Amino acid sequence: MSCVLELKNLSYVYGKGTPFEKRAVNRVSLQIHRGELIGVIGHTGSGKSTMMQMLNGLMRPTEGQVLLDGKDIWAEPKKIREVRFKVGMVFQYPEYQLFEETVRKDIAFGAKNRGLEGAALEQAIRDAADFTGLKPELLEKSPFELSGGEKRRAAIAGVIAMNPEVLVLDEPTAGLDPMGREVLLSQITRYHQERQNTVLLVTHSMEDIARVADRIIVMHKGNLVLFEPTRTVFSQGDRLKQWGLSVPQITAIMQDLRRRGLDVPDGVLTVDEAFRALLPLLKKEGKLW
Amino acid sequence: MRDVAFGQYFPGKSLIHRLDPRAKIILFIAHIVILFCTFSYPALAVTAVFTALFLILSGISPKFYFKSLKVIIFIVLFTSLLNLFYGSGEPIWQWWIFKITLNGINRAVFVTTRIICLILASSCLTFTTSPTELTDAIERLMKPLRVIHFPVHEIAMMMSLALRFVPTLLEETDKIMQAQKARGADMESGNLVKRVKALVPILIPLFVSAFRRAYDVATAMECRCYRGGAGRTRMKQIHMARRDAAAFVVMALVIGGVIVCNILFKAAI
Repeated sequence: MSCVLELKNLSYVYGKGTPFEKRAVNRVSLQIHRGELIGVIGHTGSGKSTMMQMLNGLMRPTEGQVLLDGKDIWAEPKKIREVRFKVGMVFQYPEYQLFEETVRKDIAFGAKNRGLEGAALEQAIRDAADFTGLKPELLEKSPFELSGGEKRRAAIAGVIAMNPEVLVLDEPTAGLDPMGREVLLSQITRYHQERQNTVLLVTHSMEDIARVADRIIVMHKGNLVLFEPTRTVFSQGDRLKQWGLSVPQITAIMQDLRRRGLDVPDGVLTVDEAFRALLPLLKKEGKLW
Repeated sequence: MRDVAFGQYFPGKSLIHRLDPRAKIILFIAHIVILFCTFSYPALAVTAVFTALFLILSGISPKFYFKSLKVIIFIVLFTSLLNLFYGSGEPIWQWWIFKITLNGINRAVFVTTRIICLILASSCLTFTTSPTELTDAIERLMKPLRVIHFPVHEIAMMMSLALRFVPTLLEETDKIMQAQKARGADMESGNLVKRVKALVPILIPLFVSAFRRAYDVATAMECRCYRGGAGRTRMKQIHMARRDAAAFVVMALVIGGVIVCNILFKAAI
């Protein structure tokens, strides 16, 4: 697999040279392959947001490099805008950045900045709206007339319409109702599968990430402490707890059952998996007909 | 955006910090008035020394005072240059239409010293007084105006709300800028028209969120049964103490000193 993003010894220090100096990201090195869906977890203040903002050149690393397709993004600081189109960034509560008269115009803002026009622009808008589940009739409305969930979708569509190679989403489901979370998450997975793009998903919800991520980055106090496949990460409940994190509820239950002597696998991530693991056991004990 | 040192407050326990905020405001006004009533060099020196005295007493690093001066350095240079060439009397030096007179030099020195002292004094006031104390004091000082139905409490409440939201709005601006930059907004290049247009994607979300916050605050205040200043008590009462009286005495001495110097010595401007 080819490597799309590589971080080399990446550090960011806030307020360098002042008494308030704080090292938010500390010598992080990692490689992300093309087409992966990466989960990013970490306690509040673990440096994950700072790290994400360095990926598309919104923040310039104090030390180290970000390589996009093998090239240092800061090699030519004047071309940093190009990088921002290639690495699309959806911030927390992105609905607060909507500003245009219609949803269509707002979605087009980024794509237009990238230079898309005419039919290509129209196609990009339609695709983005489709991926985020925005109904076509909403496109002509003012973004301020939409509901909270729809605003969120419109804002995410605005980034997807730029056709980024890497999509970074910072807590896209925060503040949505359970149904909204569910739908948005499956739409993100669909986008990832159909476009075969790289997606980075920052979240506090272990359940969400267990369901969709291929690999997980775990940050703690600015350090990269773990970067492993999802199952491997969530089979280390004790270490996660040390870093102020947890495993999905279903994983915790299954680990508990295992500890009590039940023959179930260790890294169960979804309710479905748990169901399939428990069914034969119940049958064997004759409690199911 | 975050480097703006506007009305910054540095908590501390120095003598200046502990002065009653009302006393500080009155002294501040008196100090400005007396600064502009100095006409001879000794009088100017008295006010300058007095300024230095309370800066030292405030216990705040000179670094921050220099920083506050940096903002107005251009104004200081401009006005002092203007004054330098506008003096009357015998020219000492002349070139084309520019002439420098002794009177001009004196004026330049006076204006520079006055502005610098003024900025330092106001910095000292905001550095050592928290915004809450400040608005509280202003409310108390303006209380007599209620007789003519001036909405003193409402004005003070508006001031403290505005001050409270300055850092929030700065942070918000920062966030929105980052988000629009992530969508390829270009704010660094292009001509003036283009740059002004580039502000639209930032200003609209900012206004929207400012209104949203205003409604939120209004609702929150109503939920707590806020209904204006009538019958309101305060958690932190402010009291004049002996040190405030002492400060007034020092101020009186300075005023006296300036008046005496103005009478005894020849006016320089």
